[in-house]
Amino acid sequence: MSILIDKNTRVMTQGITGKTGQFHTKMGKEYANGMNAYVAGVNPRKPGQSYEGIPIFATVREAKERTGANVSVIYVPPPFAAAAIDEAVEADLDLVICITEGIPVRDMIMTKYKMRGKRTRLIGPNCPGVITPDEIKIGIMPGHIHKKGPVGVVSRSGTLTYEAVGQLMEQGLGQSSCVGIGGDPVNGLKHIDIMKMFNDDPQTEAVVMVGEIGGSDEEECARWIKDNMRKPVVGFIAGLTAPPGKRMGHAGAIISGGKGTAEEKLAVMEECGIKVTRNPAHMGKLLKSVLR
Amino acid sequence: MKIHEYQAKEVLRRYGVATPRGIACFSVDEGVAAAHQLGGSVWVVKAQIHAGGRGKGGGVKVSKSIDEVRHNASQILGMMLKTHQTGPQGQKVRRLFIEEGADIRKELYVGMVVDRVTQRVCLMASSEGGMDIEEVAAHTPEKIHKVYIDPQAGLTDGESDQVALQIGIPPESLASARVALQGLYSAFVDTDASLAEINPLVLTGDGRVVALDAKINFDDNALFRHPDIVAMRDFDEEDPAEIEASKFDLSYISLDGNIGCLVNGAGLAMATMDITKLYGGSPANFLDVGGGATAEKVTEAFKIMLKNPTVKAILVNIFGGIMKCDVIADGIVTAAREVKLTVPLVVRLEGTNVDLGKKILADSGLPIISGSNMADAAAKVVKAARGTVKSAETKSNARTAANPKARVKPKAKPKAKPKAKPKAKPKAKPKAKPKAKPKAKPKAKPKAKPKPKAKPTRKPKTRPKTKAPRKAKPAAKRTLVNTLKSRNSRAKAKPAKKTAVRARSPRKAAARGKRK
Repeated sequence: MSILIDKNTRVMTQGITGKTGQFHTKMGKEYANGMNAYVAGVNPRKPGQSYEGIPIFATVREAKERTGANVSVIYVPPPFAAAAIDEAVEADLDLVICITEGIPVRDMIMTKYKMRGKRTRLIGPNCPGVITPDEIKIGIMPGHIHKKGPVGVVSRSGTLTYEAVGQLMEQGLGQSSCVGIGGDPVNGLKHIDIMKMFNDDPQTEAVVMVGEIGGSDEEECARWIKDNMRKPVVGFIAGLTAPPGKRMGHAGAIISGGKGTAEEKLAVMEECGIKVTRNPAHMGKLLKSVLR
Repeated sequence: MKIHEYQAKEVLRRYGVATPRGIACFSVDEGVAAAHQLGGSVWVVKAQIHAGGRGKGGGVKVSKSIDEVRHNASQILGMMLKTHQTGPQGQKVRRLFIEEGADIRKELYVGMVVDRVTQRVCLMASSEGGMDIEEVAAHTPEKIHKVYIDPQAGLTDGESDQVALQIGIPPESLASARVALQGLYSAFVDTDASLAEINPLVLTGDGRVVALDAKINFDDNALFRHPDIVAMRDFDEEDPAEIEASKFDLSYISLDGNIGCLVNGAGLAMATMDITKLYGGSPANFLDVGGGATAEKVTEAFKIMLKNPTVKAILVNIFGGIMKCDVIADGIVTAAREVKLTVPLVVRLEGTNVDLGKKILADSGLPIISGSNMADAAAKVVKAARGTVKSAETKSNARTAANPKARVKPKAKPKAKPKAKPKAKPKAKPKAKPKAKPKAKPKAKPKAKPKPKAKPTRKPKTRPKTKAPRKAKPAAKRTLVNTLKSRNSRAKAKPAKKTAVRARSPRKAAARGKRK
């Protein structure tokens, strides 16, 4: 088992004709079950064409109806990415994974507003995507550093997630699924949503939760874990040394009004019984120590 | 992106928000002329810098005669204004705003931010105007009233009236308050603001609701659709290193330590700073080279880091995903040769083609220290920085020397951090600035002036004053001009170009820098 995506997932790429979209669709297709998983692309100007044998359709709805794709991954440039999410939501897909970085917050506010009451779930934007090792990879993470196993990973960052995975592999630990929820302030699923899924996933035995400064999602998740989580969780928060009021790369990584500091998040997580480390090189070891 | 008070008021006035009449100035004489032009008997001379707390720092002075205007203007213009947001060194005042006096009956606060939990714009209002809202929130949170605004409906009349009454606006002034609050919301949404504050919003003797101060920050990701906002950018208020970095699509932030950090990915970059500190060192910067780091980008990144004279060692931490380690290693070697690196360089490579990458580094003949993992690399770079620091008596030296225990007991360290942090941060700016400023300023000025939005006619007058004391050398000048040119084109042409390109082939352009 896994969460969000598995070998039965069928994917369409929105933005399949762009450089990034092409490159990562190809990589995804070459990974594990990708050959069967990547079934469609979308570009309103190029219907009828194909890329790497993947047919391109004009709309998300058509791509879904013709191929049975239930998940979309978005590589559309920032000015148009929110509209691309809207289209996927309108077409009632199960899941939309938006990789695009740099979408205006106002656009995301409207998109999230339109998503109320819809069943489509959103991962991202500004995220590396989701991988269920040895089954399917949707996003920009390097597939070969992963292996199937018992550990769930959820993170707001890209390369820091790879770092966590790398450390798990050093300990001989594979992953059930790794989810990058993205670094934007207004986004789709949060730590808490992913944590609930890991809690219900029989394959997942423990979870690494990687956070960073800004917002209060980690705290909210920690409080839920305290009351509900049946599996051990370890955590790391990046940005202990980050100055207040500065945006640290990610649009959402900012300490504003003294809120959203790493120290504050770590304190709440510890209070809620989560084993945390302040050393980003110890994430793997810490997880190993809590595995039963 | 941030703008000045007078610019923010300009924006708000477009949306109907009432403000006192005022004129932005760049010299004392202009200030006096402005006071004459405005007329009346009371004027307020206000320093224009991108930081709050100007009043407390002595940057806002009420003047009751023209002589007083002249006196206050000459005091404030050119001063190093220190506020809780500028750091101990302060920020130099280069622009003034002369405003007519207001008849204040009541001072209130209104502000807007994007609330991350509800994912809506949140209006915050308080009867405690003029104060730092964070103080109010900390001590009397019940005095802050919030409205989470429905994006479809906007700020309704009912919501506006209710919050106005809550903060003590009398019923006869509700209509005026509506104009101010709904105007603020429209401005916030239309301009893609990330934060907007009117503090204080005042109720005047005759019952009008007027914005006495204004602050607006904008969402950088949305600037492509607001060339008019981009034109208001004042480069003098920004860290030159950060401006330089942004030209190359690098995300850079100056810090106060002595270990330069070059990392791919924002989260890993923060974690690299954290582990450097954990092992007893102190990061000189945050630097994310992004997913698609090329040799050119890495070279520029090295140059920017090395412009900071306090850097005593460099730590490169790369987790090569799709981006292969051998490509990165090539970039590092090229960069190190091109910049003739004189400080120790510690490199930690992990991920795709890592062995090949390490071999390239080893075969380069450069004295590159290899770190086997993050912890090892951090420990090595801290040691290396100490080695070179010994000779130079810097503050960072004292700091690192005081920390050796950290390496023995890394886990115990973090607890001490909260204390260390507040001290460390304010220092960050001043260090970087003194060096960069003298050079950067003369450049920025001449160009900044022509900006249409920023009172073009007035600026040229100031030039002689600001320029005279620092004569730029011819060689420097050339680069200055170049910098100016590229700055200008960046500010104006680039956003426009971007949209144009995207509009033509929306799907062709790749999602930004995502090859990790």
